[in-house]
Amino acid sequence: MHPAPSIIVFTTLSGLGYGLAAVLGLGLLDPAALAAKAAYILALVLISGGLLASTLHLGNPQRAWRALSQWRSSWLSREGVMAIVTFVPLVWSAWASVIESRYLALPGLAGSLLSLGTVFCTAMIYTSLKSVQAWHTPLTPASYLLFSAAGGLVVASAFGFAGAGNTSLLAWLAIAALAAAWAVKAAWRRNMQALVPISTPETATGLGAIGKVRLFERPHMTENYLTREMGFKIARKHAGKLWTIAVVLGGVVPALTLLVLSVAGQASGFLAAGLAIAAMLSHVVGVLAERWLFFAEARHAVMNYYGE
Amino acid sequence: MTSLPSVSPPKKLGLVIDLDVCVGCHACVVNCKEWNTGGYGSALSDQAPYGADVSGAWLNRVHTFEVVPEGGEVVGEAGDARIVHFPKSCLHCDDAPCVTVCPTGASYKRAEDGIVLVDENMCIGCGLCAWACPYGAREMDLAAGVMKKCTLCVDRIYNETLEEVDRQPACVRTCPVNARHFGDFSDPHSAVSIMVAERGGIDLMPEQGTRPVNKYLPPRPRTALSATPPLPREDTTGATGFFAWLDDMLDRI
Repeated sequence: MHPAPSIIVFTTLSGLGYGLAAVLGLGLLDPAALAAKAAYILALVLISGGLLASTLHLGNPQRAWRALSQWRSSWLSREGVMAIVTFVPLVWSAWASVIESRYLALPGLAGSLLSLGTVFCTAMIYTSLKSVQAWHTPLTPASYLLFSAAGGLVVASAFGFAGAGNTSLLAWLAIAALAAAWAVKAAWRRNMQALVPISTPETATGLGAIGKVRLFERPHMTENYLTREMGFKIARKHAGKLWTIAVVLGGVVPALTLLVLSVAGQASGFLAAGLAIAAMLSHVVGVLAERWLFFAEARHAVMNYYGE
Repeated sequence: MTSLPSVSPPKKLGLVIDLDVCVGCHACVVNCKEWNTGGYGSALSDQAPYGADVSGAWLNRVHTFEVVPEGGEVVGEAGDARIVHFPKSCLHCDDAPCVTVCPTGASYKRAEDGIVLVDENMCIGCGLCAWACPYGAREMDLAAGVMKKCTLCVDRIYNETLEEVDRQPACVRTCPVNARHFGDFSDPHSAVSIMVAERGGIDLMPEQGTRPVNKYLPPRPRTALSATPPLPREDTTGATGFFAWLDDMLDRI
C-alpha cells in the first residue's frame, strides 16, 4: 500500500494526542503546574493537527462533514463521530486545568475512554479490510492502542519531568507500555511475514484449474491509480533497516532514557526535562517509521492482477 | 445509505465474460471510456493525456495472463500453455465491501437491481472504497476528486430514447466477438444464467467473501498441438478427367 504522508502523520499525531489525553484524564499530573497545562494544550493540538492532516488526502475536503453520517456500517465514519464527541470532555478537562488549575474526574475519565475508543476506530478502518491481509488481524487494533498508550505515557513523563510531578510512576508505566507495544508489533510483523496469501493470481483469475497463472501483459504501459495506490513496493533490505530504526528510536531509546531518569532519583530540572523531551521526540520519529512500514509492507489483493 | 440492501434484490443485473472467446482487442475498454466520459457523473479525466506519463480513470481494463498447466513449460512449446485475455470491471458484488466502508453514504447498492453506484455529489474522495475492493474495480478521478466505477451503464440499460438493441452496457454492445453478455442472474431462465450453468461460470476470489454477481466462463479445454493428427498424405489415386491428366503431366516433368 502507498504510504501517504498525510495518513502517516494523521495516525501518528492523533494516536499520540489521544494517548496523552487518555493519560491526562487519569489525573496523574498536577493540574496546577504549568507543564500540565501545556500538556493539555499539546494533546488538543496533536489531535486537531492529526485530524486536519487526514483531510489533506481527500478529493473533496469541503464535503468532509458528510463522513459523519454512516456510523452504522463504516469504521471511518465511526472514527469521525468519536473524534468529535471526544473533543467535549477533552476541551472541558483542558479548560479545568488551564484556567481553573483543577482536575475533574468525570470529564477526565470519560475523555480517557473516548480517546482510546477513537484510536480503536482508526485501527478498525484498516483491520476491517479483508483485501489487505496483513492488516486483517486483531493484532492491528492491539498495536494501535498500545502505541497510543505508550506514546501518551512517554509524553506525559516528559511533562512530569518538566515540573508536573509523578515522574517515577509515569516513567515506569511508559517503559511497561513501550515493551508491550513493541512486543505486540513484533508479533504483528511475524504474522505478516508468515502469511500465506488467501488470494493468488490463480483465484483472482479463476484460471487455477488449468495451471499456474502469470501476468503476461498489463492493461496499459504506464502506472494507474491502482498501481500507485496499492502497488507500493519496498526493497526487503530497506524494510529490515527501517524496522531496526523504528524499534531503536521508538522503543529502546525512550525506554532506556526514562529508566535512567527514574533510577537516578527524583531528578527534576532542566537536564531531566531535556532528556525526557529528547526521548519523546525519538519515540515520535520511531513511530513514524513504524507507520510508514505498516503501509509500505502491506500487500493488497488487487496486485494479483498486476503481477506483483 | 451504505448499509447493503437487507433483502436480496429482485433483479441481479450483471455481466458474463467468456474467457474462451475474448481476443483482447480492448474495444470494450475504449467504448466504456467513450460512453462514460459523457454519461453518468463527471467526465472520466486523463492526466497528461498527450504526455509521456499518461494516466487516467478507466472503468474497465483488459489484462492478459499466461496459464501454464503442470508439465507445460513456455507458451507454444509444450502442454496446453495458453494466453488468456481477461477483461475486468466492477463485479457488482452481493456483499460489496466497498459499499459498507463508505463514510458518507455516497457508495450504495441499489435495492431494485443490485447495481453498485457512487453518488458523486456526496463522495469526498477518501479512497477507502478502492482499498476495500480486492478486484481494483474503483479508480479515483483525479480531476473531479471523486471515485469512479462501472455503473453497468445504468444510463443506457433503462434508456427508452435508445433503440432496444442498444439498451445494453457499452462494453457488451461493442464486443466484436460476443465475449460479453448482460442479463439478470436472479432469473434462472435468463440467457446469462443458462450460460453460467452450462459452462461452469466462476466467481473471482471467492475467498474474499464478496459474492460477486458477474461471472467468468473459463476457457474450454483445447486440443494440444502435439495431439493434433498430421495432415493427410498426398494421394492422387482415383483422380479422373482433366486433373488426372494434369497430375500425370506434372509427374513427368
